[in-house]
Amino acid sequence: MENFEDSIREVAEKLLRDKKVDLIIGYEQGTLPLRTTPCFVEKLEDVKKLVWNASCDANLSKYVVGKKEKVGVVAKGCDARLIAVCAVENQIPRENVVVIGVPCQGVIDRKKIEAKLEGKEVLEAVVKDEQIKVEGEGFEVVLPKKDFLCDSCHTCRHRNPPIYDVLIGEKLPQSTDKNEFAEVSSLESKSTEERWEHFKEELSTCIRCYACRNVCPLCYCKMCFVDQSMPTWFGKTNDLSDTMIYHIVRAFHVAGRCVDCGACTRACPMAINLRELVKKTEKIMKERYNYEAGLGLEEVPPLGEFKMEDSQEFIK
Amino acid sequence: MKWKTIEKRNFSALVEELAKENEVIGPLKEKNTVTSVRITSENEVCLDFWNTKKPPKEVFFPQTETLFTYRTSKNDAEIIESPAIRKKMVLVGVRPCDSRSLVLLDKFLSSGEHKDVYYLEKRKNATIVGLACNHPLSTCFCTSLGGSPSGKEGMDLLLQDINDKYLIQTVTEKGEKLLEKISWLKDAKKADIEKGKKLSSDAEAAVRSKVSLSDVSEKLDKMFDDPFWDQICQKCLGCGVCTFLCPTCCCFDVLEEGEERVRIWDSCQFLCFALQGSGHNPRPSGKERMRQRIMHKFNYFVKNYGKSFCVGCGRCVQECPVNLDIRDVVKTISARKVE
Repeated sequence: MENFEDSIREVAEKLLRDKKVDLIIGYEQGTLPLRTTPCFVEKLEDVKKLVWNASCDANLSKYVVGKKEKVGVVAKGCDARLIAVCAVENQIPRENVVVIGVPCQGVIDRKKIEAKLEGKEVLEAVVKDEQIKVEGEGFEVVLPKKDFLCDSCHTCRHRNPPIYDVLIGEKLPQSTDKNEFAEVSSLESKSTEERWEHFKEELSTCIRCYACRNVCPLCYCKMCFVDQSMPTWFGKTNDLSDTMIYHIVRAFHVAGRCVDCGACTRACPMAINLRELVKKTEKIMKERYNYEAGLGLEEVPPLGEFKMEDSQEFIK
Repeated sequence: MKWKTIEKRNFSALVEELAKENEVIGPLKEKNTVTSVRITSENEVCLDFWNTKKPPKEVFFPQTETLFTYRTSKNDAEIIESPAIRKKMVLVGVRPCDSRSLVLLDKFLSSGEHKDVYYLEKRKNATIVGLACNHPLSTCFCTSLGGSPSGKEGMDLLLQDINDKYLIQTVTEKGEKLLEKISWLKDAKKADIEKGKKLSSDAEAAVRSKVSLSDVSEKLDKMFDDPFWDQICQKCLGCGVCTFLCPTCCCFDVLEEGEERVRIWDSCQFLCFALQGSGHNPRPSGKERMRQRIMHKFNYFVKNYGKSFCVGCGRCVQECPVNLDIRDVVKTISARKVE
């Protein structure tokens, strides 16, 4: 990992020095244990701020959308996939971006650690090899990293960036044996009423802060459907019916585009499992179209394409 | 001032007693988070927590609130006011930072020509039973804002965990009256009070996160057009986590929901917050929106009310999805050289 950090800094420095990019977007140390924060580097002397570790959880492709200048961006597998999706959707000019791809072994879910410690605050954390050493007032615990990764990382099958200009380190072997749809399947086995109740309960604590939307690289609409006010399209209160329609429409809107980077779930202050709703649409895309979003720049997303030989009459 | 104690195991009996004449609202543990809810015989108040995920402002300023209902006919309109809240409330387990936030909100929402009657109506019916912090978190910076882990501002009673029991201190007459009805509370022993004092001073020293605000308001006066805002807003996602979880942020939007006039929480960080009917947006980018938030908290409010509009609870620090730390923002302002 430390080598990765050095390599990222080297690459960033070279890109800036050679004027290949005007800006590098990466990660720097955050203000809290197990946290990093997005870092915007324009000057050579700031390159040393860049870090790489298992807390580099932000999806930086969010910041590439809409940038006018040439940008170099540090991208994990999921981040690079979203750059690809946004490029296919004409939101990121591919030639404007230098993708600094980083093979990723998963990012840590600090909320899982918090839950494990049951009310003890982490004051320091060191991640080394496969272990997380956390310390606080009067305690020190070593936790196996694999048990504290984000749920989306647990089942990730695209750890290597599918598109990149520079690759940091070497590609990781792709894991093919993971059933990423296990949670969806267990939901599918329930009745419609049970599922409805499940989502009602899950979403009942939503505070409509829109962190899930604003953190999502796919939510680039200039005016979101839920913000439309002349006239109003959807209710904005935190009444459960208003909240649910927001989440349902958003799930539909990212269907066939979402790569399950998990940023929405990580961003939610109320710990709502937002991935769950969209994961089902991902499964449908896989089953019906054998399509996974963001694996290349050529493939047109099935829901964005029209074919004359479409078997359904209504579309012709 | 009176000092009482109550054994921890008897606390639910106290809540039960209070619930006879009041609606009791207190912290409850649900799915790893602690939220303030109505305490009934079905659930039990939890006083072993860092702080509630959401601040107590929502009790007086709910996220969605019907202001009034109306009926219109061809030539007429009738307004049906929402019934006034007469029910007395007791808020249990309010942390000192949050209690202080209510004092700031009272000032803000009751001054000037237009008073927020919806907030004030509920507020005047409420008694605040605070809970001192024995173990402040690393994100707590209340002492920099004039607060304290055992601060009493805004409280009627203050509880303090002294191991096997809670020490109860009366702060106002209202608080004293509340206790009068509960005859079985024991008078605190001198040793209990001493123990409480020791815990308070230890807690005060344990607030290690410090932010100097001495020159911040003054500097901000000269920073409206500073390039600083371009840098600081870069990583901000423009979501409402910081403002919605903030105990003092109280901006709202007013909507028509059928025949109801409803107000909902709004955030100065949202794109549409300042969007005008003409289509013009005076705060078109994150830069202007971030500036507004910081200015309101650390400059405008200081000018109007003599204090910062922040109590240092640290919720925004903990929950910002991209770790944009308001303490860092303030430190950067403080360190900035301005002409």
